[in-house]
Amino acid sequence: MQVAEHDTASEAAKELGAFLERRREQIAQRWADATLFRTVFTISRDEAVEACKAVVDALADVARSGRLEDVAAPGFDTVRDQLGRMAGSRAQAGFDPAHIDGEVVGLREPVAALLRAEFAEAADPDAHGPTLALAVLMGTLRLVVMNTTVHAGQELISRQRRQMLEVATPVISLWQGIVAVPLIGTLDSARSQVVMETLLDAIVDQRAAHVILDITGVPTVDSLVAQHLMKTAAAARLMGAECIISGIRPAIAQTIVQLGIDLGSILTRATLADALAHALGRQDIAVPPRPVAVGASPR
Amino acid sequence: MTGFSAARPAPVPVLTLGDILLVTLQGDLHDGAAEQLQHDITHRIAAGPGPVGGVVIDVSGVDIVDSFLGRVLAEIAANARLLAARTVLAGLRPAVAITLVELGLTLPGLVTALNVDDALARLGRTPSAAPPSHPEEGA
Repeated sequence: MQVAEHDTASEAAKELGAFLERRREQIAQRWADATLFRTVFTISRDEAVEACKAVVDALADVARSGRLEDVAAPGFDTVRDQLGRMAGSRAQAGFDPAHIDGEVVGLREPVAALLRAEFAEAADPDAHGPTLALAVLMGTLRLVVMNTTVHAGQELISRQRRQMLEVATPVISLWQGIVAVPLIGTLDSARSQVVMETLLDAIVDQRAAHVILDITGVPTVDSLVAQHLMKTAAAARLMGAECIISGIRPAIAQTIVQLGIDLGSILTRATLADALAHALGRQDIAVPPRPVAVGASPR
Repeated sequence: MTGFSAARPAPVPVLTLGDILLVTLQGDLHDGAAEQLQHDITHRIAAGPGPVGGVVIDVSGVDIVDSFLGRVLAEIAANARLLAARTVLAGLRPAVAITLVELGLTLPGLVTALNVDDALARLGRTPSAAPPSHPEEGA
């Protein structure tokens, strides 16, 4: 019984595969007018037809192999890249995955119509077999497109995250033996780890005796952020450098005090200029006192 | 623990540079060797051939500093301070520093320096590269 069922299913799949191969040209011509292909391949219709043919070939290949429901079927491999690019260009045009999915669904009807017409001519009583197979196959195609879309999105996110980590932690050499790291944005564990590593490497490379962590761009300081700062300062001290934390705004100073965080072991200054003056003073470089009231900024 | 009955590892050499003791740690330091080193340094300061004003421990060749070695280093510094000598830890690697901080071992009592040159400067001695001169005052 089960064997018979399996047989008819694979029969239907094979029949569908043969049908797709036979009508490759017609299907491709119809798909080229569908929204999905038309909007992606705007330059030439021939290009769209070629792309459609590639997809039809892939579908026929999958149908022949009988793995209608298998998203990982080898037949899809040839068009996976192309589908990913198409989905990507649709996503860039501002369409959400659900919309793209809807457009892929739209590809089924032209093929189904052709299939129905063919079997109506032949007056075949078993026409529902291939039709069902087609429905399953198109469902799998939807899943493949969805997968590539989601995958492309995830890749984008992880790439941007890496870029953010690199961009967000520059080490600036202010003076011989004095380096500064301006921190901008929220300081989480991953970022503070990167900051610590780049800072310690900079201490070795530039033989820095003083490092300044400027937190002007850090919006909030909670106990976790304070802990990260203290860890970084402690690591810098172990390397033989003195760590100064600057850019503490009044609001942040109040928060730190209210939270009861003890930054007593760390040197702090209000601004980067103050921190630099302190570091220069430690190197026996005379820094004239800043003019009071006249040029002093309120911060 | 296990290593006491086995052949003792070679003791860490303690070099004398003027009135400074220079210790260079290499590779994996055995627990027994670390204790032996602590003993050696303390005796050299207290009863050594000459006066000792400072101790420089170079750890640039050390890959792993565990909690035991961290404690031994802190104790060496505390011993030296009791005997009126200053201890500087030099050349800690970035990866080791991060590990120590993550372990919560910030070695608060220790003076640190980037390398041996800086450590000597911190003890008020001109670095070795400079022409020979008398140690400057102001240690």
